[in-house]
Amino acid sequence: MKPYHYQRARDIPGAVAALAEQPNGKYLAGGTNLVDLMKLEIMTPDMLVDVRRLTSDRIEETEDGGVRIGAAVTNSDLAADRTIRSCYPVLSQALVSGASGQLRNLATTGGNLLQRTRCVYFYDTTTPCNKREPGSGCSAIDGHNKDHAILGASERCVATHPSDMAVAMTALEAFVNVHGPDGERRIPIEELHRPPGDEPERDTTLEHGELITAVDLPPLAFASNSKYRKVRERASYAFALVSVAAALDVEDGTVRDVRLALGGVAHKPWRATKAEEALRGEQANEANFRAAADIELEDAEPLRDNAFKVPLARNIITRALLELSEER
Amino acid sequence: MNEEEIMLRVDCEEHRIIVDTRTTLLDALRERLGNTSPKKGCDHGQCGACTVLLDGRRANSCLALAVAHDGAEIVTAEALAENGDLHPMQRSFIEHDGYQCGYCTPGQIVSAVGMLDEVEAGWPSHVTGDVSAEKISLSDAEIRERMSGNLCRCGAYANIVPAIREVADERARR
Repeated sequence: MKPYHYQRARDIPGAVAALAEQPNGKYLAGGTNLVDLMKLEIMTPDMLVDVRRLTSDRIEETEDGGVRIGAAVTNSDLAADRTIRSCYPVLSQALVSGASGQLRNLATTGGNLLQRTRCVYFYDTTTPCNKREPGSGCSAIDGHNKDHAILGASERCVATHPSDMAVAMTALEAFVNVHGPDGERRIPIEELHRPPGDEPERDTTLEHGELITAVDLPPLAFASNSKYRKVRERASYAFALVSVAAALDVEDGTVRDVRLALGGVAHKPWRATKAEEALRGEQANEANFRAAADIELEDAEPLRDNAFKVPLARNIITRALLELSEER
Repeated sequence: MNEEEIMLRVDCEEHRIIVDTRTTLLDALRERLGNTSPKKGCDHGQCGACTVLLDGRRANSCLALAVAHDGAEIVTAEALAENGDLHPMQRSFIEHDGYQCGYCTPGQIVSAVGMLDEVEAGWPSHVTGDVSAEKISLSDAEIRERMSGNLCRCGAYANIVPAIREVADERARR
């Protein structure tokens, strides 16, 4: 690991000011991904500003009936929270489907959103990777790419975003609260992560020095009828090949409203808006669920090794929606 | 120099040490404090051999930076025994032959102890049918899922699960 300076700050503005002066500095929270990347010298910050004890570690109800999750809330505390489990089960399920018990006890809400891709070439420093070393090329496009993106990728990068939590939050239309050198702002989670485009080295739209302080879940009555389904290569402790976060509101057999987001298919959590639009007002049945999934997946551009993700995504979308329409 | 003075309470004993900011909790425990109970397996948070209780919760000590945990309370498998009496989880691993080479065992045992506290607190897991349920019924599938962060390359799982099961059942009877 490269040497670095470790700094604690008194408060959030102090942390933001400290990092703003260090172009090659990083915030440290749980460290479960960052410390690993530093050991591998994939990330080599010269300063870490520790924010784990600065941001809130509480989950609170908001005035509008939603929930505010402090950035330092651990993945395990968030998954175990009673309100989350009954009002937003998709989020609790997404969290416990990721990592291990030990990691979830360290990992934070803010850090989970900012974890880096698990693309094998990003981790293999002997191979070119535009995300790790801009301009060096993408080894995955013509390489082993079964884990890679089928939607929204670019010629520069086909990596996927690894978070399960963020997929559930995307379906729930969460807002990410950020404190930066120019003050505070609130970003719809769909605008936090970005497609790779010409700058795959940038995972998010955050500017240097901006710190995630909390995530807000707006009230959503039918989120109590939601679930997360994840398919991976072993039963536990693995990243998703494809996952889906779904919430469904059915009345008299008709879809009143629906939320769908996919994981493991793109550089960001993929909100399936086309499928959602196709379903609103339609009969809640398997044929319609399948047809809606197909509409979303029309844009899929599979690579050599990952064409299986298209039918897999179609099947788990259909299955999740069927289960949600039957369980009511 | 990138060094910091920190205090760690390890197995009920207070230690003040100056560490390089790059030192992980695992290396501080093993290399600086001579506590070789937590093991270095993968050193990347994948195998769980380094598991300790960090402020009461199981955690991978290989991914925790020592400087970031100044003042922390750490319990390793070594301190689970009291006055020479093995912890029930340690006894159960022996009785059920829950290991072969033994390298992953301290991590397995600490993780199992932390895991049972999580179950008692009602935390759901990936295999919990209804995440909003009040109580967790600890099936073998639940034990396997909750222990998936601890790898045993000898493959002693078939005995590890019954070892944990027995302690869990004992606790439930109390």
